[in-house]
Amino acid sequence: MEAFLHQVLAGLATGGIYASVALALVMIYQATHHLNFAQGEMAMFSTYIAWSLISAGLPYWAAFALTVVFAFILGVVIERVVIRPVENAPVLAVVVVFIALLVILNSVTGWIYTYTIKTFPSPFPAQPLFGNKYVSSHELGAIGVTLAVLLLLYGFFRYTPLGLAMRAAAQNPDSSRLVGIRVGWMLALGWGLAAAIGSVAGMMVAPIVYLDPNMMGGILLYAFAAALVGGIDNPGGAVFGGFLVGVLENVLGAFVIGNELKLAVALVLIIGVLVVRPSGFFGKVYVTRV
Amino acid sequence: MALLEVTQLHAAYGQTRVLHGISFAMEAGTITTLLGANGAGKTTTLRALCAMVKTQGEIRFAGERIDGRATEDIVRLGIAHVPDGRGTFVNLSTEENLRLGAYTRKDREAVEADLERIYGYFPRLKERRAQQAGTLSGGEQQMLAVSRGLMLRPQLMLLDEPSFGLAPLVVRELFAILRAVNERERVSLLLVEQNAALALELADHAYLIETGRVVLSGTADEIKRNDAVRSSYLGY
Amino acid sequence: MSRRQRIVFAVVLALACALPFLVSNYRTFQFTLVLVYAIALLGLNILTGYNGQISLGHGAFYAIGAYSAAILMDRFGVPYWATLPVAGAVCLVAGFLFGLPALRLEGLYLALATFALGVSLPQLLKYHHFEKWTGGVQGIVITKPDPPFGLALSQDQWLYFFTLVVALGLFWLARNLLRGRVGRALMAIRDHPIAAEAMGIHTAMVKSITFGVSAMYTGIAGALGAIAVQFVAPDSFNIFLSITFLIGIVIGGLASITGALYGALFIQFVPNIADELSKAAPWAIFGVVLIGFVYLLPAGVAGGIRMALARWRAKRQNI
Repeated sequence: MEAFLHQVLAGLATGGIYASVALALVMIYQATHHLNFAQGEMAMFSTYIAWSLISAGLPYWAAFALTVVFAFILGVVIERVVIRPVENAPVLAVVVVFIALLVILNSVTGWIYTYTIKTFPSPFPAQPLFGNKYVSSHELGAIGVTLAVLLLLYGFFRYTPLGLAMRAAAQNPDSSRLVGIRVGWMLALGWGLAAAIGSVAGMMVAPIVYLDPNMMGGILLYAFAAALVGGIDNPGGAVFGGFLVGVLENVLGAFVIGNELKLAVALVLIIGVLVVRPSGFFGKVYVTRV
Repeated sequence: MALLEVTQLHAAYGQTRVLHGISFAMEAGTITTLLGANGAGKTTTLRALCAMVKTQGEIRFAGERIDGRATEDIVRLGIAHVPDGRGTFVNLSTEENLRLGAYTRKDREAVEADLERIYGYFPRLKERRAQQAGTLSGGEQQMLAVSRGLMLRPQLMLLDEPSFGLAPLVVRELFAILRAVNERERVSLLLVEQNAALALELADHAYLIETGRVVLSGTADEIKRNDAVRSSYLGY
Repeated sequence: MSRRQRIVFAVVLALACALPFLVSNYRTFQFTLVLVYAIALLGLNILTGYNGQISLGHGAFYAIGAYSAAILMDRFGVPYWATLPVAGAVCLVAGFLFGLPALRLEGLYLALATFALGVSLPQLLKYHHFEKWTGGVQGIVITKPDPPFGLALSQDQWLYFFTLVVALGLFWLARNLLRGRVGRALMAIRDHPIAAEAMGIHTAMVKSITFGVSAMYTGIAGALGAIAVQFVAPDSFNIFLSITFLIGIVIGGLASITGALYGALFIQFVPNIADELSKAAPWAIFGVVLIGFVYLLPAGVAGGIRMALARWRAKRQNI
């Protein structure tokens, strides 16, 4: 029982990270109907920037904040420079551009930082909090940070005019232009936000999986699975899916199929959901009158 | 000086040319209507004014050239476009739709006041303010579209077939409000309608468009009395 | 083939036959890999280029082919040449089966499903219950075949010719299929799926079979690759192998048979040259070139050559 509880809590911690990346994927999907295969590498690259800043002697949280800003700008620039020209291109061209981005970010990181695995600090104490024996401080902290990010985002989209404009631009670009919204910039902002969320996820997961250019490969897969389980156009569903996938992965890995086949969980989930229920299990069915 | 002046406007969707040099003008504070059969180019003319199609020719708004500018910038000059098909943000609430109409405005308090004023015009929208806009009825969505346009506090409002698909009673209510808006708030209206009788009742001036050209123009009364218009468009 | 094409083909074939006697054994080995990649790329191109089904996980079928050959040779003592049909058949079935659920997936989602397959593949290959056959993390080492009939060739030279013959056969088959009714049906499904169905093309069946045939080509390439490299291990079949194939067909030219060869030359030799800069350089170059091709030359090298030839001919006629 104790072991089970431990796995569930650890699953919630990694699940929060999947949830963040899944949310970033959903944001870009909602705005452009593309799947960002480079989402993981963008997060990985930002995490290396954080590592540089911390190594240069910056306090952790200062480096954290700077990295989030950097990731945001990186996302905006990538959208304006790389993605914009293929906005209306065939699916294959867009997929190829995303794959190219993945490859470029991965190799540039390897070039600058080498492929040697690095440790990444956690801002949370090494001793478990409150003397509990189920969950480490970092895992608890990661859950906390994830929840804070989710709340901030929810508030932003729900209660600010800019958030409203971004939602509007994503679902109806023509009407948005007719009320004066600069749709192109809204998409770029969406990319920036997605990249920023991803960078937080990267910094939270790096102390667990260590820093290396390929660290996000598996995480991206779980995030895709999470986004699909929740419905690729449903932010709330993606978050729930993230936690669910995290727990499933840990519990199944520990007690059923063994740690070696954890990625197969993601593979089966992705193909299973796509084939059985492509709209996800929480995908909204919008009622529309014509 | 005319509020809106269009000279030799051409427009095309890809290879298909739709407008072949349309010219017309309207004065501030008036209601002008563009009449014509299906496919004559009425909707395209409105879309051209907002840079939603590629155009050639000159468009002046309050004396300033606006052709070649981006849609978002034209809207900021005070031109509200109530599009064909209503352009509802179906997943957002009714009130969010209205607030989006005022997206470019900075005068927060006036926006709140305008929201209440519009709920005064359309009490139905107030009842449904928190409802997902996609679930509103066709008539309600049309009212929402007009209201969203009004939230801009426009000088000029472009209305594309506002009567389309609505019950006669709803149409009458909507047109009464349009007249009130024009008279009380001095909003100029450029109205595109297939229902010529309805449009001529509301409008001061009218232009008849056939296959992308203006073939007849005059005051609404003159047009109403024109024999060709009567037999082809009014049916009596 | 037109007369001009025949001449070009004969010259290229003659050069290809002379090649192993002009360069070192190591270079010969590299050209063997070019042929291997060309077959794999042709397989992916049939699926993605001609039929419009995006696969980001074709490395999986390459791996299945490679492991089939390695296991047959290592555990069952099957001669190397006999492993090819088996590897091909295994991949045909595997591809067909994967293609069945994939039928329900539109372009982007198929890309995602195959991407997932590509990413999780190394882990599946390491699975300890399969270790008896797969050798687990260590993989399998196989011996290089000697030339038969006492031919006076080195092992590398013999393998090169063996691969060349297989490649010629597979290219000939693909050319006959793609230039005719089958090719037109594939492209009709890619460009106008609804119209294709209305014209009486059994879309679902054609797409599944295409997936199978595509996997078969890539699987045979995998088997040949394993024999040439003499080694299979899970980590050589990671997602970057699948991405390499995608890069190959985009750069060589989508929906082009000769494009597979250009793509193979590119993915074999560009990394060799760029490697001297940095271990990461080949991939950085791949990425940048890939984006460049999407923006500037979406028809790939094959399309570029076609355009240049057409321009040259037009110029000559004008004089």
